[in-house]
Amino acid sequence: MNLLRRNDLIMLAFGIVVFAVLQGLMEEGIIGSFWKLNLMLIGINIIMSVSLNLINGYTGQFSLGHAGFMAVGAYVGVVLTTNFHVPFLGALLAGGAAAGFLGFLIGLPTLRLRGDYLAIATLGLGEIIRIVIMNIEYVGGAAGFRNIPHYTNFAWVFFIMLFTLFFIKNFVNSSHGRACIAIRENEIAAEAMGVNTTKYKIMAFTIGAAFAGIAGGLFAHNYYIISPASFTFMQSFIFLIMVVLGGLGSITGGIAGAFFVTFISAALANWPEYRMIIFALLLILLMFYRPQGLFGYVEITNMGIFRKILKRGGTA
Amino acid sequence: MAAELMRVEDVSEVFGGLKAVSDFNFYINKGELVGLIGPNGAGKTTVFNLFTGVYQPTTGTITFNGKSIVGLKPYQITQRGIARTFQNIRLFSELSVLDNVKIAYHCHVKYGLLETVLRMGRYFQEEKEIEEESMKLLSVFKLDDKADEMAKNLPYGAQRRLEIARALAAKPKLLLLDEPAAGMNPQETKELMDMIRWIRKEFGLTVLLIEHDMNLVMGICERIYVLEYGMVIASGHPEEIKKNPEVIRAYLGGGA
Repeated sequence: MNLLRRNDLIMLAFGIVVFAVLQGLMEEGIIGSFWKLNLMLIGINIIMSVSLNLINGYTGQFSLGHAGFMAVGAYVGVVLTTNFHVPFLGALLAGGAAAGFLGFLIGLPTLRLRGDYLAIATLGLGEIIRIVIMNIEYVGGAAGFRNIPHYTNFAWVFFIMLFTLFFIKNFVNSSHGRACIAIRENEIAAEAMGVNTTKYKIMAFTIGAAFAGIAGGLFAHNYYIISPASFTFMQSFIFLIMVVLGGLGSITGGIAGAFFVTFISAALANWPEYRMIIFALLLILLMFYRPQGLFGYVEITNMGIFRKILKRGGTA
Repeated sequence: MAAELMRVEDVSEVFGGLKAVSDFNFYINKGELVGLIGPNGAGKTTVFNLFTGVYQPTTGTITFNGKSIVGLKPYQITQRGIARTFQNIRLFSELSVLDNVKIAYHCHVKYGLLETVLRMGRYFQEEKEIEEESMKLLSVFKLDDKADEMAKNLPYGAQRRLEIARALAAKPKLLLLDEPAAGMNPQETKELMDMIRWIRKEFGLTVLLIEHDMNLVMGICERIYVLEYGMVIASGHPEEIKKNPEVIRAYLGGGA
């Protein structure tokens, strides 16, 4: 049997075991409702950070508008489920598609920009999305959208997260993913090697935005009310912190970053003003001692014990 | 006479008030090994950039394999069969040696996005072929034992070789080498000469190279073009070029 497919199955089995253990602990009440909510948030944040990592870490396009795409997915999702009684999965997919489409439209002009300029443009676009939503009466404006059905549960979050991880892992380990990485490494050389750089930048941007939209749908249906205030540019920065902390260009890093940041936020729930100070200190220390992030470009599947289990030969 | 692979007619490139290349005429036949020489700033790399679509010619036509390639993007030209190396090495330095080569197979991959994500269909077969062919190429360039090494950690000569290997992975008909021997010692240069000869035969390539090392140029090129101030001042066989008074003047100065 093919080694890559075998590795995929081992990882899938591992994922299901983790799910079963966590679900069991929740049903037994060992994990209380506060930490249950935070586990779900961790799952949603993993989708956000890993999809942002595809744009920022793998393709090297510095985007700061991820919360905006999340907002699009969230609002499209809640309008569909609340007002049109669309099934949850359909609403999630529609939210993802809407965010992806918007990412595609925005990507066409902005991805001509580089570095800081792209960061500023995407930052602005994220804010534009939020302010537009704030001014649409139909979705409640600044007061927020009410009476959202509470569909999201741990199983939804976990399995969509698992799907996202597999999607992005498989994408990155293919010719398409290599094209994206080549753009990050050296755009001129990538183009000279036959990579349509514009196409792949937009592809990465669209996929990243689509997953942010799906995560937005999950996020929204976890609460009874959502408001544009949940999707400010500060939120985009939090996702960026996750990616940078975990490691640009590493899926494991994205997971670790999302876990770490969400965990610290939850642990400091009673002292919210210290949160940003701690993140700032962490980032400064990181830049001094480990500028590539906790995991750099490395995946956990390429390390020690996992390497033995999964055997060599094109892991992850 | 062999079939013509590329023809360039009256190409000029103007940057503002500077005419970097003027009325450049050039042809190369299938299987030929041609050199492009000239003093610093003569416009040699500009010519390469025109051939590969990095710049668009201000005037003139470039025909490759019977079709015009003027106006195409660099990646489209690579897909048509022209691959190049760079004067200042441009490897994907944070990636492994193997991945550097694998990326260049990009335009020959047929599996789509869906097959990638679900890992079905042609994905496994093609990935396996790419891996095998890449390793074969690396062993030709004596880099197979360094396949997992990061490209930036290779010694300089090996990085030059890797760039050529990567260009070959795109399966070109015409290979453009921009100063392949720059920074190499005489021993490495000699090995490089042998290798260029060998890959030309093995892969059925046509090669155009820019070089300052006259031993290399005179040793392996069948025809040579000499550029000065963006104009061709001489072209012909190495022996003719060596004796050409214009060329000697361009290189040594004075009123020879």
